[in-house]
Amino acid sequence: MQRSLSIEPEKCTGCLQCELACSLDNEGAFNPSKSRIRVFKFEDEGRFVPYTCTQCAEAWCLKACPVDAISLDPETGAKVVSDALCVGCKVCTIACPFGTINYNQDTGKVIKCDLCEGEPECATACPTDAITYIDANWTGLERMRAWAQRTDAGAGAAE
Amino acid sequence: MAWTGKILRVDLGTGTCASEPLNMEWAQNYLGQRGLATKYYVEECDPKVDPLSPDNKMIMTTGPLTGTCASTAGRYSVVTKGALTGAIACSNSGGFFGNEMKNAGWDMIIFEGKSANPVYLLVENDNARLLDASEFWGTSVWDTEEGIKKKHNDPHIRVASIGLSGERGVKFACVVNDMDRAAGRSGVGTVMGSKNLKAVAIRGTQGVRVKDFAAFRAATDAGKAVLAENAVTGQGLPAYGTQVLMNVINEVGALPTRNHLDVQFEGAGDISAEKMVEKRQSDGKANLITNAACFACTIGCGRVSQIERTHFTVKDRPEYQGAKGGLEYEAAWALGAATGVGDLDTLTFANFICNEQGFDPISFGATVGAAMELYETGVITKEQTGGIELKFGSAEALAEVTELTGRGEGFGAEIGLGSKLLCEKYGHPELSMSVKGQEFPAYDSRGIQGMGLTYATSNRGACHLRSYTVASEILGIPEKTDPLVADGKAGLVKAFQDATAAFDSSGLCIFTSFAWTLEDVAPQIDAACDGEWSAERLLEVGERVWNLERQFNLAAGFTGKDDNLPARLLKDAAKAGPAKGLTNQLDKMLPEYYEVRGWTPDGVPTNETLSRLGV
Ligand code: SF4
Repeated sequence: MQRSLSIEPEKCTGCLQCELACSLDNEGAFNPSKSRIRVFKFEDEGRFVPYTCTQCAEAWCLKACPVDAISLDPETGAKVVSDALCVGCKVCTIACPFGTINYNQDTGKVIKCDLCEGEPECATACPTDAITYIDANWTGLERMRAWAQRTDAGAGAAE
Repeated sequence: MAWTGKILRVDLGTGTCASEPLNMEWAQNYLGQRGLATKYYVEECDPKVDPLSPDNKMIMTTGPLTGTCASTAGRYSVVTKGALTGAIACSNSGGFFGNEMKNAGWDMIIFEGKSANPVYLLVENDNARLLDASEFWGTSVWDTEEGIKKKHNDPHIRVASIGLSGERGVKFACVVNDMDRAAGRSGVGTVMGSKNLKAVAIRGTQGVRVKDFAAFRAATDAGKAVLAENAVTGQGLPAYGTQVLMNVINEVGALPTRNHLDVQFEGAGDISAEKMVEKRQSDGKANLITNAACFACTIGCGRVSQIERTHFTVKDRPEYQGAKGGLEYEAAWALGAATGVGDLDTLTFANFICNEQGFDPISFGATVGAAMELYETGVITKEQTGGIELKFGSAEALAEVTELTGRGEGFGAEIGLGSKLLCEKYGHPELSMSVKGQEFPAYDSRGIQGMGLTYATSNRGACHLRSYTVASEILGIPEKTDPLVADGKAGLVKAFQDATAAFDSSGLCIFTSFAWTLEDVAPQIDAACDGEWSAERLLEVGERVWNLERQFNLAAGFTGKDDNLPARLLKDAAKAGPAKGLTNQLDKMLPEYYEVRGWTPDGVPTNETLSRLGV
């Protein structure tokens, strides 16, 4: 069973623990500027929104790469960049409609979320459960449950 | 490790920026941030220096944990001689600026001299330069922050700046970063303004490293678990913010009201945390939109608030109608109870303006309270206020005087003197509710005895963030003591002061200490920093810092006589509540305090104490 990152912005406080965990795992230092997940703050609305790669089934980045540096990890479903193969042409960054694959000047390669080989550090670090790692087929389950509770279907059974 | 080992020295007179190595021996003795920057400051500055002269220096400083994943590890401080107090000042701020400074590779930035023209410092990793700030001078903190990001086409730049109040000499101006986080007290923003330094803008991408990443992860995870499980840091603060205290402190009869004339405020419920989450009848929305965290903080006590759009303060002013940094307890108290104003949205508006123009809501609200008393007793007239009816409880007067103070105009310039100079000017020094020139925060020391000693002996003037004995006396952390008795408070205050100085030197937020002791902090520092760090060693660092600050103040001209409280708290008994009939018993606590500190009966550290601590 594959799992997906599920993001619930309404729980996010903007603490950036996810960015710290991501950069530590990938860069060996606390460096939010190199995080594969980014948290956006919408000042006037008081909203914080974490955003990262959703691992498209038919990934634009993977298809666009001219040197096949991006491959599918069949275990996790992650699209993973091979540093050995990437030539830093940045075509994938143009192809991705969501902007979640980005160039890293320091290495001359692109960086994106690889789901940490099935144990995403951001989800582990998030103190509010705004990021969780759940069944890829049922990322909507909690929202369904919340709406289900608000209907009156089955109310008679309680009487 | 943990320290970057580099200091940026900025000479505003010559316009030069230079890198120098951090004194690692001092780092081992003073840790970082408050302690280490104070050590640099006292070594480099004449204690008698005029805070607003070019000879005064201003240091922005991080702690060794700043920029790491330790919970709340995003803090930085501004250390200088305070414009409001003339004492050593260290004002601590959260937000995201501290991390950026650390990620750019700097432990500290030392500013010296004065620029001939308005400038701002731009730091991009190793590269630092002073740039012309004439387009930002005369604008608010909010416009400056936005303007700098736009100008350099980089939304990731973090900015700390001053507003109009800091440019125009309001004595309690702050340095504000990330729109609504502030190095708030003692007038550090006034010092920055006197140097013609409008802003510090930083972009850092170098990464922060610690000694042992695996041990550090384990230690910080353990620390986070303690915070999550604690009722205050795990539930109370995220849900209600520090405002959870409003009703609690009012009930124990320690909510200073109308310039400390009363100790309970009839409008407390209307300006409380509970009110902030209640849906308004008019538009069905609550004042509080959500909570927000500073960098790396797993508590998230920050408030994001929105004022009702038709409220008189924001009607036809869309720029104030969005969500912005909301009220925390000290601000709600100062803007509300201290002035007798019980309207939540007016206080929220005043708080917005404090952030926008960069001035301390505590000193501001308390000074307005003093001015209101002067007005009601006829000492200040309507002519002098420029037509403002400055009566206790007037929301309109508060809103107006807030905007004037933000711009340093009209009667706002008088308020900008702070309560001490204002009350002296009008011939009633006794009405200034302050110590060493700095106004009290939100706890009346007749109802919480330990806070009287805390205020009297605080090295930066009256302050709750130097020894928060409220934790023990009211909340029972780490153990409950009776707020109405003076016995035993000398030792309690010393213990809180020393531990707090250690927290403030680490890069962590003092709010963690609701759940953490230094036993929780030590493993985190030990895994991050070179050397071996135990709780005992941290406590000793704290005591060393406290004595260093004390020595500076004595050399600056303060004496034991300045460890005092206004007569109102020593002679006029509390009129109601559990403390009814009580005054603060400072005379019982102070001699014992000097003794447990190892100071002479005049409040001077003995040679023995100084050499034991290596000061
Ligand atoms: S760790 Fe969680 S709460 Fe913090 S910024 Fe990331 S998503 Fe938001």
